[in-house]
Amino acid sequence: MVRVEFLGPIQKEPLELEITNLNELAKILQEDESMKEWLENSAVAVNDTLVSSRDVVLKDGDRVALLPPVCGG
Amino acid sequence: MLYLYDGALDVPEILKEWYEQEAKSNYGAYIPFVGTVRSEDNIEGLSFDIYEPILNSWFEAWQKKAEAKGAVIKMAHSRGDVMLHESSYIAAVFSPKRRVALEFIDEFVEDFKASAPIWKYDLKGGKRVYALDRSTAIKGSGILK
Repeated sequence: MVRVEFLGPIQKEPLELEITNLNELAKILQEDESMKEWLENSAVAVNDTLVSSRDVVLKDGDRVALLPPVCGG
Repeated sequence: MLYLYDGALDVPEILKEWYEQEAKSNYGAYIPFVGTVRSEDNIEGLSFDIYEPILNSWFEAWQKKAEAKGAVIKMAHSRGDVMLHESSYIAAVFSPKRRVALEFIDEFVEDFKASAPIWKYDLKGGKRVYALDRSTAIKGSGILK
Protein backbone atom coordinates (compact mmCIF):
# COMPACT_ATOMS: atom_id res chain seq x y z
CA MET A 1 0.00 0.00 0.00
CA VAL A 2 1.14 3.54 -0.75
CA ARG A 3 -0.13 6.34 1.47
CA VAL A 4 -1.01 9.60 -0.27
CA GLU A 5 -1.31 12.77 1.83
CA PHE A 6 -2.67 16.16 0.86
CA LEU A 7 -0.90 18.98 2.66
CA GLY A 8 -1.82 22.52 3.70
CA PRO A 9 -5.11 23.83 2.31
CA ILE A 10 -6.06 20.76 0.23
CA GLN A 11 -9.15 19.51 2.01
CA LYS A 12 -8.83 15.81 1.30
CA GLU A 13 -8.35 12.84 3.58
CA PRO A 14 -5.23 10.66 3.03
CA LEU A 15 -5.59 7.73 0.63
CA GLU A 16 -4.14 4.21 0.87
CA LEU A 17 -3.65 2.95 -2.68
CA GLU A 18 -2.31 -0.17 -4.43
CA ILE A 19 -0.19 1.68 -6.98
CA THR A 20 3.33 1.13 -8.30
CA ASN A 21 4.12 4.48 -9.90
CA LEU A 22 3.08 8.13 -10.13
CA ASN A 23 1.33 7.64 -13.48
CA GLU A 24 -1.21 5.43 -11.74
CA LEU A 25 -1.65 8.03 -9.01
CA ALA A 26 -2.13 10.79 -11.61
CA LYS A 27 -4.87 8.75 -13.30
CA ILE A 28 -6.73 8.21 -10.03
CA LEU A 29 -6.50 11.84 -8.92
CA GLN A 30 -7.47 13.20 -12.36
CA GLU A 31 -10.83 11.46 -11.94
CA ASP A 32 -11.51 13.56 -8.82
CA GLU A 33 -12.99 16.90 -9.96
CA SER A 34 -12.10 18.58 -6.62
CA MET A 35 -8.41 17.89 -7.33
CA LYS A 36 -8.29 19.50 -10.78
CA GLU A 37 -6.86 22.86 -9.69
CA TRP A 38 -4.53 21.29 -7.10
CA LEU A 39 -2.99 18.95 -9.66
CA GLU A 40 -2.05 21.99 -11.77
CA ASN A 41 -0.21 23.82 -9.00
CA SER A 42 0.98 21.19 -6.52
CA ALA A 43 4.43 19.72 -6.14
CA VAL A 44 4.93 16.04 -5.31
CA ALA A 45 7.18 14.47 -2.68
CA VAL A 46 7.95 10.77 -2.33
CA ASN A 47 9.10 9.80 1.16
CA ASP A 48 9.62 13.52 1.91
CA THR A 49 11.84 14.19 -1.12
CA LEU A 50 10.47 16.42 -3.88
CA VAL A 51 10.38 14.75 -7.31
CA SER A 52 10.42 16.49 -10.67
CA SER A 53 8.95 13.82 -12.93
CA ARG A 54 6.53 10.90 -12.82
CA ASP A 55 9.36 8.41 -13.45
CA VAL A 56 9.35 7.15 -9.90
CA VAL A 57 8.71 3.55 -8.89
CA LEU A 58 6.58 3.19 -5.77
CA LYS A 59 6.75 0.24 -3.41
CA ASP A 60 4.77 -0.98 -0.44
CA GLY A 61 5.08 1.46 2.47
CA ASP A 62 6.07 4.49 0.39
CA ARG A 63 4.49 7.85 1.19
CA VAL A 64 3.50 10.41 -1.40
CA ALA A 65 2.60 14.00 -0.48
CA LEU A 66 1.04 16.77 -2.57
CA LEU A 67 2.29 20.26 -1.71
CA PRO A 68 0.15 23.17 -2.97
CA PRO A 69 1.60 26.70 -3.49
CA VAL A 70 3.50 27.98 -0.46
CA CYS A 71 3.83 31.32 1.31
CA GLY A 72 5.82 31.38 4.51
CA GLY A 73 6.81 34.45 6.47
CA MET B 1 19.25 26.16 13.67
CA LEU B 2 15.54 26.05 12.91
CA TYR B 3 13.03 26.94 15.62
CA LEU B 4 9.25 26.47 15.32
CA TYR B 5 6.82 28.02 17.79
CA ASP B 6 3.08 27.81 18.36
CA GLY B 7 1.67 31.32 17.82
CA ALA B 8 3.52 34.65 17.59
CA LEU B 9 7.29 34.93 18.01
CA ASP B 10 8.82 36.70 20.98
CA VAL B 11 11.09 38.90 18.87
CA PRO B 12 13.28 40.53 21.56
CA GLU B 13 13.83 37.19 23.28
CA ILE B 14 14.74 35.30 20.09
CA LEU B 15 17.10 38.01 18.82
CA LYS B 16 18.76 38.15 22.22
CA GLU B 17 19.07 34.36 22.45
CA TRP B 18 20.68 34.15 19.00
CA TYR B 19 23.00 37.04 19.80
CA GLU B 20 24.12 35.31 22.97
CA GLN B 21 24.60 31.96 21.20
CA GLU B 22 27.11 33.52 18.81
CA ALA B 23 28.53 36.37 20.89
CA LYS B 24 31.90 34.61 21.24
CA SER B 25 31.94 32.91 17.82
CA ASN B 26 34.05 35.63 16.19
CA TYR B 27 31.42 36.61 13.61
CA GLY B 28 31.76 40.22 12.49
CA ALA B 29 28.17 40.51 11.26
CA TYR B 30 24.71 39.52 12.60
CA ILE B 31 21.97 40.41 10.14
CA PRO B 32 18.40 39.57 11.19
CA PHE B 33 15.22 39.90 9.16
CA VAL B 34 11.99 40.17 11.16
CA GLY B 35 8.66 39.66 9.39
CA THR B 36 5.64 41.35 10.97
CA VAL B 37 1.94 40.83 10.21
CA ARG B 38 0.60 44.05 8.70
CA SER B 39 -2.95 45.36 8.72
CA GLU B 40 -4.34 45.06 5.18
CA ASP B 41 -7.56 43.86 3.48
CA ASN B 42 -9.35 43.84 6.84
CA ILE B 43 -7.51 40.76 8.08
CA GLU B 44 -7.42 40.03 11.81
CA GLY B 45 -4.17 38.14 11.47
CA LEU B 46 -2.52 35.27 9.63
CA SER B 47 -2.37 31.55 10.27
CA PHE B 48 0.24 29.01 9.17
CA ASP B 49 0.52 25.29 8.46
CA ILE B 50 4.01 23.78 8.27
CA TYR B 51 5.16 20.44 6.87
CA GLU B 52 8.19 19.82 9.03
CA PRO B 53 10.03 16.90 7.33
CA ILE B 54 10.56 18.82 4.08
CA LEU B 55 11.10 22.14 5.86
CA ASN B 56 13.91 20.49 7.86
CA SER B 57 15.67 19.10 4.79
CA TRP B 58 15.27 22.41 2.91
CA PHE B 59 16.79 24.26 5.87
CA GLU B 60 19.66 21.77 6.24
CA ALA B 61 20.59 22.31 2.58
CA TRP B 62 20.78 26.07 3.21
CA GLN B 63 22.78 25.57 6.38
CA LYS B 64 25.36 23.61 4.36
CA LYS B 65 25.56 26.44 1.79
CA ALA B 66 26.10 28.90 4.64
CA GLU B 67 28.79 26.73 6.25
CA ALA B 68 30.67 26.66 2.94
CA LYS B 69 30.96 30.45 3.27
CA GLY B 70 31.88 30.37 6.93
CA ALA B 71 28.41 31.61 7.89
CA VAL B 72 25.53 30.29 9.97
CA ILE B 73 21.76 30.69 9.44
CA LYS B 74 19.07 30.73 12.10
CA MET B 75 15.36 30.79 11.43
CA ALA B 76 12.23 30.93 13.58
CA HIS B 77 8.65 30.52 12.31
CA SER B 78 5.18 30.37 13.81
CA ARG B 79 2.63 27.60 13.58
CA GLY B 80 -1.04 28.50 13.88
CA ASP B 81 -2.43 31.99 14.42
CA VAL B 82 -0.42 35.23 14.54
CA MET B 83 -2.32 38.47 15.01
CA LEU B 84 -1.73 41.98 13.59
CA HIS B 85 1.61 43.61 14.43
CA GLU B 86 3.00 40.37 15.80
CA SER B 87 5.88 38.50 14.18
CA SER B 88 5.64 35.11 12.46
CA TYR B 89 9.10 34.91 10.93
CA ILE B 90 12.69 35.72 11.84
CA ALA B 91 15.73 34.75 9.81
CA ALA B 92 19.30 35.75 10.59
CA VAL B 93 22.74 35.19 9.15
CA PHE B 94 25.99 35.40 11.08
CA SER B 95 29.19 35.66 9.06
CA PRO B 96 32.76 36.77 9.50
CA LYS B 97 32.24 39.75 7.14
CA ARG B 98 29.11 41.78 6.40
CA ARG B 99 28.97 41.27 2.60
CA VAL B 100 28.38 37.51 2.85
CA ALA B 101 25.63 37.96 5.43
CA LEU B 102 23.89 40.76 3.49
CA GLU B 103 23.84 38.72 0.27
CA PHE B 104 22.93 35.50 2.03
CA ILE B 105 19.94 36.87 3.91
CA ASP B 106 18.50 38.15 0.61
CA GLU B 107 18.95 34.83 -1.23
CA PHE B 108 17.76 32.82 1.73
CA VAL B 109 14.55 34.78 2.33
CA GLU B 110 13.68 34.74 -1.41
CA ASP B 111 14.08 30.96 -1.60
CA PHE B 112 12.18 30.60 1.67
CA LYS B 113 9.21 32.39 0.09
CA ALA B 114 9.35 30.20 -3.03
CA SER B 115 10.18 26.80 -1.58
CA ALA B 116 9.62 26.35 2.16
CA PRO B 117 6.59 24.08 2.76
CA ILE B 118 4.54 26.58 4.75
CA TRP B 119 0.96 27.59 3.93
CA LYS B 120 -0.50 30.96 4.83
CA TYR B 121 -4.12 31.76 5.59
CA ASP B 122 -5.78 35.13 6.21
CA LEU B 123 -7.86 35.29 9.39
CA LYS B 124 -11.13 36.97 8.47
CA GLY B 125 -14.32 36.84 10.52
CA GLY B 126 -12.73 34.09 12.60
CA LYS B 127 -12.20 31.92 9.50
CA ARG B 128 -8.97 30.76 7.83
CA VAL B 129 -8.86 31.72 4.14
CA TYR B 130 -5.99 30.23 2.13
CA ALA B 131 -3.89 33.04 0.61
CA LEU B 132 -3.61 31.43 -2.83
CA ASP B 133 -3.02 34.71 -4.71
CA ARG B 134 0.07 35.46 -2.59
CA SER B 135 1.43 31.92 -2.75
CA THR B 136 4.03 30.45 -5.10
CA ALA B 137 3.91 27.00 -6.70
CA ILE B 138 7.02 25.03 -5.70
CA LYS B 139 9.46 24.45 -8.58
CA GLY B 140 8.44 21.29 -10.46
CA SER B 141 4.74 21.57 -9.58
CA GLY B 142 2.08 20.14 -11.86
CA ILE B 143 3.60 16.74 -12.71
CA LEU B 144 0.35 14.92 -11.88
CA LYS B 145 -1.94 17.12 -13.99
